[in-house]
Amino acid sequence: MTDRSRIVFVALCGLALAAYPLAAGAFGLDLVTKIMVYAIFALSLELLVGATGLVCFGHAAFFGIGAYAALLLSPSSDAASLLWLLPASVGAAALFALMMGALSLRTQGVYFIMVTLAFAQMAYYVVHDTPLGGGSDGIYLSAKPVLVIAGLRLIDLDQALPIYFFTLACLVAVFGFLALLLRSRFGRALAGIKANEQRMRATGFSTYPYKLAAFVISGGIAGLAGFLFGVKDGYVNPELMSWHLSGAVLIMIILGGLGHLRGALIGAFAFALLQEFFKSELIFGGFAKHWHLGLGLTIIASVALLPHGLVGLPARWRARRQGRKAAL
Amino acid sequence: MDFSTFLIQCLNSLQYGLLLFLVASGLTLIFGIMGVINLAHGSFYMIGAYMAFALAPVVGSTLGGGFFATLGVGVVLAVMLGYGLEWAFFSFLYEREHLQQVLMTYGLILVFEELRSLMVGDDVHGVAPPPLLAGTIALGEMMTYPVYRLFISGVCLALALGMYLVLTRTRLGMMIRAGSSNREMVQSLGVDIKFLYRVVFAAGLGLAVLAGMVAAPVSSVYPGMGNQVLIICFVVVVIGGIGSIRGALLASLLIGVVDTFGKVILPQAAGVLVYLMMALILLCKPKGLFAAG
Amino acid sequence: MSQDILLRGIGITRRWGGLVAVDQVSIALTRGEVHAVIGTNGAGKSTLINILSGETPPSAGQVELLGQDVTRWSQPRRARAGLGRSYQRNTIYPGFTVFENCRLAAQARHQQPWAWWQSAQACEASQAAAHSSAQRAGLGDALDRVAGALSHGQKRQLEIAMCLATAPEVLLLDEPLAGMGAEETERMLALLAELKASHAMLLVEHDMDAVFRIADLITVMVNGTVIATGTPDVVRNHAEVQIAYLGQQ
Repeated sequence: MTDRSRIVFVALCGLALAAYPLAAGAFGLDLVTKIMVYAIFALSLELLVGATGLVCFGHAAFFGIGAYAALLLSPSSDAASLLWLLPASVGAAALFALMMGALSLRTQGVYFIMVTLAFAQMAYYVVHDTPLGGGSDGIYLSAKPVLVIAGLRLIDLDQALPIYFFTLACLVAVFGFLALLLRSRFGRALAGIKANEQRMRATGFSTYPYKLAAFVISGGIAGLAGFLFGVKDGYVNPELMSWHLSGAVLIMIILGGLGHLRGALIGAFAFALLQEFFKSELIFGGFAKHWHLGLGLTIIASVALLPHGLVGLPARWRARRQGRKAAL
Repeated sequence: MDFSTFLIQCLNSLQYGLLLFLVASGLTLIFGIMGVINLAHGSFYMIGAYMAFALAPVVGSTLGGGFFATLGVGVVLAVMLGYGLEWAFFSFLYEREHLQQVLMTYGLILVFEELRSLMVGDDVHGVAPPPLLAGTIALGEMMTYPVYRLFISGVCLALALGMYLVLTRTRLGMMIRAGSSNREMVQSLGVDIKFLYRVVFAAGLGLAVLAGMVAAPVSSVYPGMGNQVLIICFVVVVIGGIGSIRGALLASLLIGVVDTFGKVILPQAAGVLVYLMMALILLCKPKGLFAAG
Repeated sequence: MSQDILLRGIGITRRWGGLVAVDQVSIALTRGEVHAVIGTNGAGKSTLINILSGETPPSAGQVELLGQDVTRWSQPRRARAGLGRSYQRNTIYPGFTVFENCRLAAQARHQQPWAWWQSAQACEASQAAAHSSAQRAGLGDALDRVAGALSHGQKRQLEIAMCLATAPEVLLLDEPLAGMGAEETERMLALLAELKASHAMLLVEHDMDAVFRIADLITVMVNGTVIATGTPDVVRNHAEVQIAYLGQQ
């Protein structure tokens, strides 16, 4: 895909998302909001895994911390102001990412995967076992945050439609930010670290600060996704930090295609739709409660058969067509 | 804490640690020798526990045996499963990147969970220990300790010793150790590496299944047990050092102590303590206590 | 002249448990000179070069770069101070173009990681350095080619080009001729001879013809210790060297 067709594709996605509420019912609106939140979550992981080559299996921790911070920091009666609640939630996730990164980045390869999983479990147990997080029942939000400037209620996240468009705005902002970041010197340095860290060090790049910065930025953006999720439903529980979610977001980016920002978008959509498909009682009847089976088999098949993800499909079709033409 | 309670907690720590070691050693062997990180390892533990529950009546009516007969049948089934699974699935994972291995074995976890749900259901079950081992022995004047827990520790110790002897004193063990440091060399020396891998995998799976079966009377049989033990095993491998059996033993015992005493002294923080310990150890030794080559 | 000694290793020792890989080795690199280190496998050459570059800390001894004690400095820090290193196996970025390989290497001198909105390609200094280092290494015509598709000889040239992109003063070259045919070797030797004038160079090599052609000084290592240091003629006629090393060829 050329640069121009990539931009056109992404722009079309944006327009489709902006226009979607016109055609959607309440269920569709909620579903697509959820998918957009997943897309932000997947984009954050793409920065870490796809761009820097750091396979993190604990990303749900940042998502969950963003969500829990939003609910724990909100006052019990009034609506909080977005102006401070959003940065505070993102900051909480980023802070945890700083601590986790500082300890995990000293390890490499498989170790790193295991350590990130373990630290995320630690966060899970903190909210599950201690009174801090309200235990396995979770906690509820009494009033959704608002943005009030000079007495004007600009954004009220109490309704589904404002939440939808606020999430869309965040998605656009995150996508744009990451697109710029990845082509900047910082982003190119991350690409170099992924390609050959030894050469980067031999050239004069201190790679640890770069990796830690990528970890913190990634964690913060995941926290933003969690914030949006918590605010959308007005409810959080420890499952938001479960390692099943960490696995799910990894699957999203590999399903979509590693190394491409739009892969994260495609993967989030594809994964969410797959989940709805396998859970659908319309199609599977009573078997639908065993939807993990279909999902598990799909994961295995997609990793085995689609190593470059859905993003790589057009190129494969083109190559196959060219191969057929050459054979003629 | 008086002495009797302290002694009981020590024995509990030992039992838990040794059980953990049994499962974790399979995981670290499979990774150290075949380079495959297998998230589904916890599922084998779960399969073992559910087998102890589900096979008992079948074995009782057909073979007429009790608990030990069930154990035997379970181990045989496990080895067969290991052989078949390695041939059908895991042999495709050897040359793949870690991320792909992680995701494919994660998919495998989901498949195993649902297969279990379909075959045996999602209920929590208890398994009775065999009458021979169901009693208690006296510790001091007032406390007693279940014999079965001592049996668990005994079995794990025996298996650990057996593992040590096989790895250090037999030809097979030598081939395994050689295969872990230099795959191509061992192949060129005429050793059938595929057979070796299959044996190692079946052994690793068998250890996890046996651990689950043996632990069932004590830990009860519930759906989430596989995932729980998997993550603790990861902590064991991280603390002990990848590929190091010695490290896995030390780490398992450490975790056994911290977790058991933690639950008694600080019940609310118990879940977190083990990870805090991991964090502290990583601060000083990023490659674990005994990183193998 | 002593003021042109750019890199110095003084009494470098490295022990791994009971094994002594490098034992009290001293070496000096002067601008305008190629100082070759030769020895059989296991002589400690790789360990020595890793200690000089900063990848392995010494058990004892010091490393001085441009007059400063850099023994505790990390490799990236030494690289930023003017130390370049090439590796025996290629450490290029196979997925990027030749130009991008050099540009990213040059970026190490102009990192500015906080400028997230600015494209990396906008940095003119890195672009210029990339062009000139690629030209110098003989890859001026291949800038748009993907590095993974280059021939082996060209990849080794790229390895050198990436070293030069940061304008180092000292070059540590680990077997730059590895795996090269006759014609490629000639080209590489011409390049090294040309680089000699402005750099201090350490050359670890197994190709004895090349070493004796291009080196101004040769250090011979056996089992971690230096058994001879001198000009090629001196070394060639050195009795111990003949027995221990050259005679085995």
